[in-house]
Amino acid sequence: MANEIRLVEAIRQALDEEMGRDDSVLVYGEDVGVSGGVFRATKELRDEHPDRVYDAPLAEAAILGLGVGLGATGFRPVAEIQFASFVYQGFHQLQQHAARLRSRTRGTLGVPMTIRMPYGGGIRALELHSESFEAGYAHLPGLKTVVPSNPADAKGLLTSAVRDPDPVVFLEPTSRYRASRESVPEGEHTVPLGEANVVREGEDVTVVAWGAMLAEALSAVDDGDLDADAEVVDLRTVSPMDSKTILNSVRKTGRCVVVHEAPRTAGLAAEIIARINDDALYYLEAPVERVTGYDVPFPLFAREEAYRPDAERIRRGIERALSR
Amino acid sequence: MTRERVAEFSVEYVQALDESGEVDSAEAPDLDDEELLELYRLMRLSRRMDERAVALQRRGELGTYAPGVGQEAAQVGSATALAPEEWMVPSFREGAAFLARGAPIHRILWYAMGMEEGAEVAGPNFPPSIPVGSQALHAAGIGWGKEIAGEEEAALVYFGDGATSEGDVYEAMNVAGALDAHVVFVCQNNQWAISTPRESQTRAETIAQKAVAAGIEGVQVDGNDVLGTRAVTRDALESARQGDPVLIEALTYRRSMHTTSDDPRVYRTEEEETGWDARDPIVRFEQYLEAESILDEERAADIAEDIEALIADEIDRAKEGQKRVVPAEMFDYVFAEPTPELRRQKAEFEREEGDGEVATPEEGMSGEERAGGGEVSGRGE
Ligand SMILES: Cc1ncc(C[n+]2csc(CCOP(=O)(O)OP(=O)(O)O)c2C)c(N)n1
Repeated sequence: MANEIRLVEAIRQALDEEMGRDDSVLVYGEDVGVSGGVFRATKELRDEHPDRVYDAPLAEAAILGLGVGLGATGFRPVAEIQFASFVYQGFHQLQQHAARLRSRTRGTLGVPMTIRMPYGGGIRALELHSESFEAGYAHLPGLKTVVPSNPADAKGLLTSAVRDPDPVVFLEPTSRYRASRESVPEGEHTVPLGEANVVREGEDVTVVAWGAMLAEALSAVDDGDLDADAEVVDLRTVSPMDSKTILNSVRKTGRCVVVHEAPRTAGLAAEIIARINDDALYYLEAPVERVTGYDVPFPLFAREEAYRPDAERIRRGIERALSR
Repeated sequence: MTRERVAEFSVEYVQALDESGEVDSAEAPDLDDEELLELYRLMRLSRRMDERAVALQRRGELGTYAPGVGQEAAQVGSATALAPEEWMVPSFREGAAFLARGAPIHRILWYAMGMEEGAEVAGPNFPPSIPVGSQALHAAGIGWGKEIAGEEEAALVYFGDGATSEGDVYEAMNVAGALDAHVVFVCQNNQWAISTPRESQTRAETIAQKAVAAGIEGVQVDGNDVLGTRAVTRDALESARQGDPVLIEALTYRRSMHTTSDDPRVYRTEEEETGWDARDPIVRFEQYLEAESILDEERAADIAEDIEALIADEIDRAKEGQKRVVPAEMFDYVFAEPTPELRRQKAEFEREEGDGEVATPEEGMSGEERAGGGEVSGRGE
């Protein structure tokens, strides 16, 4: 059985089903209860699970720190940070505690917390509501970082995240929340963390993307002007990274373009290219291209289209990779 | 064993102008008719700007906008007590305070149109702070600088009731007290932080008492009373200028939505909203001014007409500026001196995208034009 729903509804469905399955799952965050969250991802969840959905005071350090305490002592907290850019108000709790409690207690205590955060541009939002910081989370050992690009994966990955014994940062691309209705399996549906997905097979060039950039990558490769058979890989989990799927694809095509919305310098493309250099260098027929945001603070929305990679820019990146 | 009381605290509530328009002259500031009319004009101007901005947003001409409807007295009363050369550090709902500081409307609109041009500050004003509560520390920093420099000036910072749950706000009050920083903290307690009511935010009975833990003075004022707010802020500034910071809790009510993306009907009742009709800051002040024969119908109509004309002009000006946005300018202000990599990225951008779809750099706005009309005036007491 499958139903056609949007990404934001898939998230709600995953939370609802996991709360139904496991009494220890607890949902909380700013405005998630009565109003159902600013994006309505937790809409009416409290009606169904009245004792397990809470409006938290406006304090991100508290939201994350509470999760460490709850998680280490028997709950499965699913905390929402209203917008990813406000995680910094509590970042020390992620970096200094959530990500390392297991290591420093030699496995005695763990933090099975999921931190949901809307992120990314494309919705004409206010300042500091559009940043992409996945590389920052990936730089914290002990933290897993997941980015769904479509409704079915959103449900499957979030379910896996909630069940995971370790802290998982779950980044929700705001521009995809209501972008399309797609078929999502009803009932039990999991997508394993740490596995990339080849969403389109091809022979000439590999395009690696995730989150909101996946749709742009797909429209770039489906563009009639592009004279190439491209393979598209949806990374899905940015950390731990599924290098194997990327490497296998690059070994086949010999060319690669990595796309991300985050700034270029020290972005995840750099890590992906390093892994290709380590393990597939001699398969490459051209240097790996990257199509990314620029090294500027994410602009207010009058300039955001200029900042964000789109299908056009990605197509040019693919053409560069093909022409060298 | 000993058990004794080692400290006791209380919080005062101040009101000068009550809900029926009566003034307690012991609490009211000493202002002449022109000054009173200016407070009135600023509140009306702010209300009208918010109404027009929300309408523009609904037509897709602005992005998300946070109206300050209902909070005009809290902002105008406090911002006009600050001397023009002293620093104002706003949150994101301070339209009225910006107007009181002389900021031009078109710049406020530019910010809501997603243009950095709107956040170019003129005079001693910080741009809006979107991360809740984080700006309180900047004001503490400014105020500490005044103490170090031995200057009798203070900074004034705005934040909401929700913000007082953030660690930064407590840290700011605490360091300000410890360092004798010249700063006045103004919490506009408008009863709601998006959908979260004040009672779910903290168990503390008042926000003002949050000053107690930091060792600074806290006071509550009727934030819908422009005269009381002005007087309390005047006193707080006098104290802050000598190194004694103060937290003011202005009790008010956000009469419209949190932002244009919010729907308050999901979390509060119409009875609650209409219950504040009689306490509206503008209605109350108007009653007073009329009773004192400072304002009559004709004068009120003239003021309204001037406001309409000004806003219409400013909207035109904002739209003109919007047509001249140069996208490649996003590279220009990252550092004082662009790095080689940024220069390379800008060149790549211009080669691939052109410098902008709508304008060439020559046609773009000059700094002077951008700052135009930005003469900042404020009035001290
Ligand atoms: C650090 C941070 N967390 C969350 C948000 C999202 N957010 C914006 S406004 C707001 C509520 C603010 O309430 P309050 O401080 O009472 O000010 P008000 O909006 O009522 O003026 C929230 C949660 C934010 N901007 N910054």
